[in-house]
Amino acid sequence: MLIEAINIVLLGMLAVTALAAIRLHDLFAVVMLFGIYSLLAAVVFVVLDAVDVAFTEAAVGVGISTVLMLATIGLAGRHEKRPAHRPLLPLLVVVVTGAALVYGTLDMPHFGDPNAPVHQHVVPRYLQRSADEIGIPNVVTNILASYRGYDTLGELTVIFTAGVGVLALLGLRRRRRERPGPGQSPP
Amino acid sequence: MKDNPVLRVVTKITLPLIFLFALYVQFHGDFGPGGGFQAGVIFAAGFILYGLVFGTEALRAAVPAAVLRLGIALGLMLYAGVGVVTLGLGGEYLAYGTLAHTAAHGQHLGIFLVELGVGVTVAAVMVAVFLAFAGRADP
Amino acid sequence: MSAAGLYNYWIVILLMMAGFYVVISSGNLVKKIVGLNLFQASVFILYISMGKVAGGSAPILREGVTQFSNPLPHVLILTAIVVGVATTALGLALVVRIREAYGTAEEDEIHQQDESL
Repeated sequence: MLIEAINIVLLGMLAVTALAAIRLHDLFAVVMLFGIYSLLAAVVFVVLDAVDVAFTEAAVGVGISTVLMLATIGLAGRHEKRPAHRPLLPLLVVVVTGAALVYGTLDMPHFGDPNAPVHQHVVPRYLQRSADEIGIPNVVTNILASYRGYDTLGELTVIFTAGVGVLALLGLRRRRRERPGPGQSPP
Repeated sequence: MKDNPVLRVVTKITLPLIFLFALYVQFHGDFGPGGGFQAGVIFAAGFILYGLVFGTEALRAAVPAAVLRLGIALGLMLYAGVGVVTLGLGGEYLAYGTLAHTAAHGQHLGIFLVELGVGVTVAAVMVAVFLAFAGRADP
Repeated sequence: MSAAGLYNYWIVILLMMAGFYVVISSGNLVKKIVGLNLFQASVFILYISMGKVAGGSAPILREGVTQFSNPLPHVLILTAIVVGVATTALGLALVVRIREAYGTAEEDEIHQQDESL
């Protein structure tokens, strides 16, 4: 019961953080809220038994993503222009989509239900046999590297490609600046 | 931030711990939570902290661009290479059982190498991305 | 107890819609990417919520534990987080180049400059 209570409080805090990020126009504050959001998500993952995921989210969401976004703000300007008109159409789209999704959740298996369909198919086999077949206690590592090795190879290729893309766009070497670009503040 | 003595000293004390922890996460990932992805980002976070406090030039001197370029490709090649080796040993692609005398040992070795490849590529990509952004901001 | 059983999904939908709203209503490219990341993190929470088994433990085999949470969503999300930050970095790099080329990161101003050419 304690787990459920902690879960409810943490998810409520996540919702508040996300709504606050919508209302703010100072991008520095938005990025800081995003860091808090990631940290809260990492805590939620610990509560929901996903310790490996929590690890990653804490290092990536709070550390690397936030630093990259701050660097971008430093290069692209800190303040968002306020919208000229009231965003009624986006609000309508969001409310309708959200209502449709809520309708879709109504017959979903309840939170924590051990008989939910996701727990029935391949996972029992992984949990029972991986100790004999692989002999490594961490089932997440087993699935990641062995049972679903192709998957992970594909993901790693995406990371490789994204890294190469960033290097192609921005370059690794320090830029020699002959002329300041338009709109750039002098150093 | 280079002139702040508190930051400099605290960073110098914590950096070895961060790297040690990253190595622990990388090589103990079989038995506890951890693995290549986590270790890679923790490693990169350590380098990024170094770059933030001591300046990107210091980070560039510590991790040359050539090393980063090599690391990005090397990790992925290690991963794919393990698959090629298992093919050569008469197994299926990425079926590690053929890597050693017994299937369980082969699985251990295969998972170790694959996680190492993941860790190297992820760490190198993250540090390279940070340097690319920070290099743009340098005057 | 249907509301308590579905609470996680509803919060996820709220977070998802918050991210979606930022993406379609904001004109600033950096904020759009923050919105995409909010959306993405909500999907992560959805997957992990579905993987939770009541009374289960973290999926690391050890003596005396028989009930585990589902490890498969953990694997998918673990890789998705790192892929997510790599693709976010690519998006932010594009924003930086756009800002350098146009002198602004606001969508409507970029559009005006393109029109006036």
